[in-house]
Amino acid sequence: MSTSVEAATEIRPFQVEFPEEAIDDLRRRIAATRWPTKELVADRSQGVQLATAQALARYWLDEYDWRRCEEKLNALPQFKTEIDGVDVHFIHVRSEHENALPVIITHGWPGSVIELLEVIGPLTDPTAHGGSAEDAFDVVIPSIPGYGLSAEPTEPGWWAGRVAKDWPELMKRLGYDHYVAQGGDVGAAVTDAMGRIAPEGLLGIHTNLFVPALAGGKFSEETEEEKAAVAAMALFKATGFGYFLEQATRPQTIGYGLLDSPVELAAWLLDHDTDAYYKIASAFVDDKPSGNLTRDHILDNITLYWLTGTGTSAARSYWESAQATAKNAGQAPPPMNLPFAFTTFPGEIWKTPRSWVEAAYPNVVYFNEVDKGGHFAAWEEPEVFSEEIRAAFRSLR
Amino acid sequence: MSTTVATGTEIVPFTVEISQKQIDNLRRRIAETRWSPAELVQDASQGVQLRFLQELARYWAEDYDFERIEARLNALPQYITSIDGLDIHFIHVKSEHEGALPLIITHGWPGSVIEMLDVIGPLTDPTAHGGSIDEAFDVVIPSIPGFGFSSQPTEAGWDSARIGAAWAELMKRLGYDHYVAQGGDQGAGVTDAMGRQAPEGLLGVHFNFLDAIPKELLTAALTPRIFAHEEREQLGKVVGVFMRGYISEMNEHPQTIGYSLLDSPIGLAAWMLDHDADSYEKISKAFLEGEQTGNLSRDTILDNITLYWVTGTGASTSRIYWETSKAATASFKNPPPHMRLPAAYTVFPDELFQAPRHWVKHAYHHLVYYNEAPKGGHFAAWEEPEIFADEMRAAFKSLRDRRSS
Repeated sequence: MSTSVEAATEIRPFQVEFPEEAIDDLRRRIAATRWPTKELVADRSQGVQLATAQALARYWLDEYDWRRCEEKLNALPQFKTEIDGVDVHFIHVRSEHENALPVIITHGWPGSVIELLEVIGPLTDPTAHGGSAEDAFDVVIPSIPGYGLSAEPTEPGWWAGRVAKDWPELMKRLGYDHYVAQGGDVGAAVTDAMGRIAPEGLLGIHTNLFVPALAGGKFSEETEEEKAAVAAMALFKATGFGYFLEQATRPQTIGYGLLDSPVELAAWLLDHDTDAYYKIASAFVDDKPSGNLTRDHILDNITLYWLTGTGTSAARSYWESAQATAKNAGQAPPPMNLPFAFTTFPGEIWKTPRSWVEAAYPNVVYFNEVDKGGHFAAWEEPEVFSEEIRAAFRSLR
Repeated sequence: MSTTVATGTEIVPFTVEISQKQIDNLRRRIAETRWSPAELVQDASQGVQLRFLQELARYWAEDYDFERIEARLNALPQYITSIDGLDIHFIHVKSEHEGALPLIITHGWPGSVIEMLDVIGPLTDPTAHGGSIDEAFDVVIPSIPGFGFSSQPTEAGWDSARIGAAWAELMKRLGYDHYVAQGGDQGAGVTDAMGRQAPEGLLGVHFNFLDAIPKELLTAALTPRIFAHEEREQLGKVVGVFMRGYISEMNEHPQTIGYSLLDSPIGLAAWMLDHDADSYEKISKAFLEGEQTGNLSRDTILDNITLYWVTGTGASTSRIYWETSKAATASFKNPPPHMRLPAAYTVFPDELFQAPRHWVKHAYHHLVYYNEAPKGGHFAAWEEPEIFADEMRAAFKSLRDRRSS
């Protein structure tokens, strides 16, 4: 990694290069894994299945090549710049088309910039991907502080609302007068918060996770669609909420395992939601990936977490969110009056109905439900996702 | 570890053997820990603090005597017997006094039989510990399936009720016609189940944790009259217990956390230490300041963690939460039978919550003993073995005579 220290607002080019010893150490640890006994059920209901974890470990050790991922990252223009005391890593790809619309896309947990690499082509170069020149975007993909190649915050307070104040500074520093923002998962929380801050130049936002429901808001449960969404959220909270609660309350405790055991890190990152889990398990166990959720892409993300040692710091973003929620309890968030666009992906934890989106955001300019893709929409279905971004922001150009 | 295999109803002696290879591997892993960066706060509000855990790791690798577990356990009569398809490990110490009352004590999570070792003396040999001859117990301390040297279940369904039924079989196999049972934490769940099953010979039960909370009290919470205003604080603590990440994770996905617990000694230690604020603070003090609370010493803490490591039971011990959570959900539809047997309860002042007498009475109508102990926390028997033993003597005093009836 670059070690140069320069003036605070300067934007420095960056290349990823982890030492060979770090990769050797990882491989040695995978090979030395001490495995638990097999789960006592035939499905995901006790967590990440042993067969999945062992197939992943085998591929990681025998076939996976991290240098391929490094080359892929280094083929993109990457930079670092210090904002709010933390060195922020970002990918910045300008379109060759004039009047491209700048978009800042924020990843989530357990993701990273790796989730978003395959949408860069379709967004910056639409004519090569079934779009037209006027659909072009300049793309900025930062790593949230504590994630991946950005530095880790060294003090508490870095919740989504603080990150949301730093992204406008980044866009300003890049010389963008007008831009839009997009995010899913934690990135949706950051993007939603940006919309509520409404910094100068931000024209509108698109998310693919419905933040107001996560924040505890109550929404109508009358139609079949609404009832199904409520039931899906309840199921998630009853059967797959452990990681969420642990990270929201004890990120340091789980962090020890995430830093010390590659297989635990992989299991923890795979255990996000039922749809994504089965798709990824199928990629490793049966070599049947869903869309772009291939073995290599999944391991690119896990290996990035390992090599950067960010298991704890990424988990802390949930703790920060919980602290902010507790602090702001009882107060309505600031209104979000900017143009808002939303896409419901069918495999997401719950399918957000249009009625909820319209109830939460007064200025909905776009809503669509697509026919494939899940929680990691950009990662799994980059073409579908790109189509959505084009359509969502068309009216704001 | 011993490779003795128990068949049928036979009870075979058991000796713990931990290989040097296992110990070397563990020490190497501790030494090669890839550490997490430090928490960003000055207290335990983000979880187990780095400085504490690093001191524990240092002591574990450099000062801890890995022969302690063998020495402590093998000084006691240990056995294995096969019940309901699993090898059950247990400690069985008979009192030298005639008419001793047989008592089966069940440990919890993140505990093991290690929690209970120092109550054996006071209970079996009361005259050497400030008690009288007529207060003697024969003590049976089994390892819950999936814990320590008992074998791991290979099918789902080993919830408290099934464990409780296995314990009744164990006591019968040991030839006890009459006995009492005790438990805290998960052991309270097992003991509660035994009390409801009321197997022949079980005279009464004692708890130091109110496991009946989710079954009856939470339902009763809908009837606000049983909650006086000053009890709201306790109820808040109860609700807090169920909002813990570790409980939620082990209730839902024990396998996922299991990878850390098997592969990383430090991941295992952190997960086990992060149980409750009171014991965390006490154990942290023992390591950082050399200030031990009661019997919660650096060595006994590491005996327990090392036992989990060498037996490789991080995942299987977590599964008991998955099992009990499933059973608790089912019990809302099909409530278990009421407990009619005599029940006794001790409140320890530093326990997760201090159940008022009428909560306990609400769960166990036939409450024969209720007392507030002067000190001790969640790991009551471990932390304050003498006080715990005193409580056993007092709690079961009135039941001793029932054996002749």
